[in-house]
Amino acid sequence: MTGKPYVREVPRFGWFFRQPRYMRYMAREVTCIFIGAYAVVLLVALKRLSEGRQAYEAFLQALTSPASVIFHLVVLAFALYHTTSWFNVTPKAMPIQAGEDFLPGWVIVGAHYAAWLLVSVALLVLAGAF
Amino acid sequence: MSQRQVELEVLRYNPETDAEPYFQRYVVECEVEWVVLDALNRIKETIDPTLSYRWSCHMAVCGSCGMMINGEPKLSCKSFLRDYQGVIRVEPLAHFPIQRDLVTVIDDFVTKLKRVKPYLIPKEEKSIAAGEYLQTPAELKKYKQYTLCINCMLCYAACPEYGLVPQFIGPAAISVAHRYNQDSRDGGREARQQEIATNEGVWECSFVGACSEVCPEHVDPAGALQQVKIKSTVDWYQEHLMPWRSK
Repeated sequence: MTGKPYVREVPRFGWFFRQPRYMRYMAREVTCIFIGAYAVVLLVALKRLSEGRQAYEAFLQALTSPASVIFHLVVLAFALYHTTSWFNVTPKAMPIQAGEDFLPGWVIVGAHYAAWLLVSVALLVLAGAF
Repeated sequence: MSQRQVELEVLRYNPETDAEPYFQRYVVECEVEWVVLDALNRIKETIDPTLSYRWSCHMAVCGSCGMMINGEPKLSCKSFLRDYQGVIRVEPLAHFPIQRDLVTVIDDFVTKLKRVKPYLIPKEEKSIAAGEYLQTPAELKKYKQYTLCINCMLCYAACPEYGLVPQFIGPAAISVAHRYNQDSRDGGREARQQEIATNEGVWECSFVGACSEVCPEHVDPAGALQQVKIKSTVDWYQEHLMPWRSK
């Protein structure tokens, strides 16, 4: 062979528009920005709490604004997508062999949802919701 | 047997005469139950003997005939014409340099495969007289799925990480390493970890999952890579928090 092999470069940006599966992957990855944003809200809450009752009540008051409610709804939607998309791939990462056979994927996914439910209920109980 | 006229748009590249690849269109009479590979063979036999592509077994075992069919990594021997409407676009496997037409340069994959020591390194050497290395059905099942890899490289063509970072050892090679690491008779994990528990190894993978979606043998390389990540993380914690437990 005298000629040179031809290399097709992959574009650094926009490659994920080429395939729906790449778009699904990017959607899952992008949702982490919203998780991060909510972590910032929690940090601000802790800071306000450390500053005393008045500061914390002002913070709680700010949370009731329409912009804050919309922000929370948007973050909740992305957080749900983030969580479910990761839960649904857990059987790949942590298969469990019981005897000769592997447990079906739904058992592993279901265990994650069950743990999620338990932790959520425990938090709500601690928060005095019931 | 009924026939159908099939139109294929095939990426051509001759390194001796072409500056870059171009598409060439062929119209060919095919039997309706044929696969894309049959159509390419018919083109080569009756229209254009210069068309180059790899194939061997025609039964999804040898892993030679991988190509992009309508933008999707596929074995052309397993891609039925009846599943495609209109013009079928055939290109060489993505992310590999094109040697000629649909033939790619696969040296990178072969080198990486060798790096992960894709063979059994016995935990304990036994003489032939001492008999076989025995294994229970459960021990076999633990890794059997990963033995089905046919090295067709469709997973590399599907993996955007490999396309963007060619140093990535990639799905198939790491899955094969995982296959031997999971084998109860094997003792070579430490040596393989040097290659796969690295930035160029599993940590380049961001779990797109495309490799498993395109795998014609349902090996699930994405699963293998995530399992290697978890085990490597456990290794790290053992080494740093429980040094007495690591060797």
